Amino acid sequence: MSLRIRQPGVLSLLQDRGRFGQHHLGLTTGGPMDLEAFLLCQRLLGNSADCTLLECSFGGLEVEVNIDTLLCVTGADAPLLINGKPADLWTTHRVREGDRVQLGHPQQGCRNYLGVVDGFQVAPQFGSTATVLREGIGGLRGEKLAPDDVLPCRSDTQRPRLRLPPAERPHYAGQLTVRVVPGYQQQHFDRLQQRRFYSAAWSVSQRADRMGYRLEGPVIRCDIAGIVSEGICLGAIQVPADGQPIVLLNDRQTIGGYPKLGSAISIDASRMSQLRPGGTVHFAAVSPHAAHNALHMHHWRLQHLPLQPLPEE
Amino acid sequence: MTAMQLRHAGENAILISFANEAGDEPAGPREAAQVRAAVEGARIALQDDLIDLVPSYASLLVIYDGLRTDHFSVSRRLHALQPAIAEAIAAEGGREIVLPVYYSAESGADLERLARESGLSIEEVIALHSAAEYTVYAIGFAPGFAYLGHVDPRIAAPRLATPRKRVPRGAVAIADRQTAVYPAVSPGGWNLIGNCPQRLFDPEQTPPMPVAVGDRVRFEPIDRQRFLALGGELP
Repeated sequence: MSLRIRQPGVLSLLQDRGRFGQHHLGLTTGGPMDLEAFLLCQRLLGNSADCTLLECSFGGLEVEVNIDTLLCVTGADAPLLINGKPADLWTTHRVREGDRVQLGHPQQGCRNYLGVVDGFQVAPQFGSTATVLREGIGGLRGEKLAPDDVLPCRSDTQRPRLRLPPAERPHYAGQLTVRVVPGYQQQHFDRLQQRRFYSAAWSVSQRADRMGYRLEGPVIRCDIAGIVSEGICLGAIQVPADGQPIVLLNDRQTIGGYPKLGSAISIDASRMSQLRPGGTVHFAAVSPHAAHNALHMHHWRLQHLPLQPLPEE
Repeated sequence: MTAMQLRHAGENAILISFANEAGDEPAGPREAAQVRAAVEGARIALQDDLIDLVPSYASLLVIYDGLRTDHFSVSRRLHALQPAIAEAIAAEGGREIVLPVYYSAESGADLERLARESGLSIEEVIALHSAAEYTVYAIGFAPGFAYLGHVDPRIAAPRLATPRKRVPRGAVAIADRQTAVYPAVSPGGWNLIGNCPQRLFDPEQTPPMPVAVGDRVRFEPIDRQRFLALGGELP
């Protein structure tokens, strides 16, 4: 009653929606970098949004199925093979004891979500199964998945097979405009610096990871070196002394003292996490009202996108 | 007086910041009491609309569920906390926690150097560090890492130019006028003066941390034998 990891690929982590309400202990959120692809995987499987899925970054995953269930992969365009035969992403597949699932390396995007009915059954820590490597918490042993790891799950023969219509599937291009709610420390960046920030084509650095995406481009100067450490939210854009912005993501530290320009909206932070090093980012300022509306529209779409039923295989 | 300001921090986050009356320090006991009052107030005011709270030196980041509520509603509810927060005074609230520390060269690699550079004897450094009552101003950097302030100016010391790759669990350390206990093995650039055998972060325990923001902490010197009896480990 499980999936067994044969090859974990570059970085495979168990993630539920994230660890919330624990910032007072210094614990970060974790959770899926691309929340959209994660939530669509859950919907296709008929799961609640809190189930535990496998996040595979940069592909190279191979698992052995020791259960009868539905399996679905969403996210980057990595080629999916089931028993050596090509299979569609954004589609649920009936898998059986002894099947082998392989996920190759994506060309566009870099994160995939692999799920089964009701998710993987692992014990939560601090209310969540989200794996945060820096903290050694969540998932299995607080670590990334390794060969021969066993992911317990439940069998299912009832749920319908579904797919997301191809026209509705996200496309992960190599460039993206990220909407930003400007923050109060923006005043410490003069008009020239702000114009530079919002007009430059930023390049995703090699040092982009689950903590944050470092960007490379023109140097952004700030009239203060630091602030008294304060809480940091998802998407916060901090500018350290080297003038190269960092967009802080799921595994960010909970407090920090670098000045911030503002905060990327969550939908765009999700999309940005599909960019690979060398990808291009532009920033555009939006009002808090526009950000709020965008969140609601996006959520409504994820809830109500029509899924197409498929015949049994 | 207006004790607090609300600021947009992101699509679903508002930062409450408090006027800093602590001079050159990032915050004083009054700010800590206000942050503590704001934490309690925000929990009650926001109920299920609340996702997370990040208390720090002179601010509280409030993260709310943007699908259930909006920044207008949250701002209005947080503004209403102002009178209660303005009245919060330092002596109120916050527990007092005593942590045992084995101060020595073998458990604190920088103790001798810090004493030498401060022009004090080792005994004087220990006496100054253990005499004060510290306030927990923030928790972050790593799970369970509590920033305590403020050490006596005579034993304040800048961070190491090159951080250590490995600081042992329980290391008691000083950086500028802050002090802390490393809750787990980690890299770190603070000056190590001793070791605390009590676990500061244990995921298996409830609660996992003995301290919270706003609590007050004192350090009690213990000898080698007691340190080992309490489960302390020497490098």
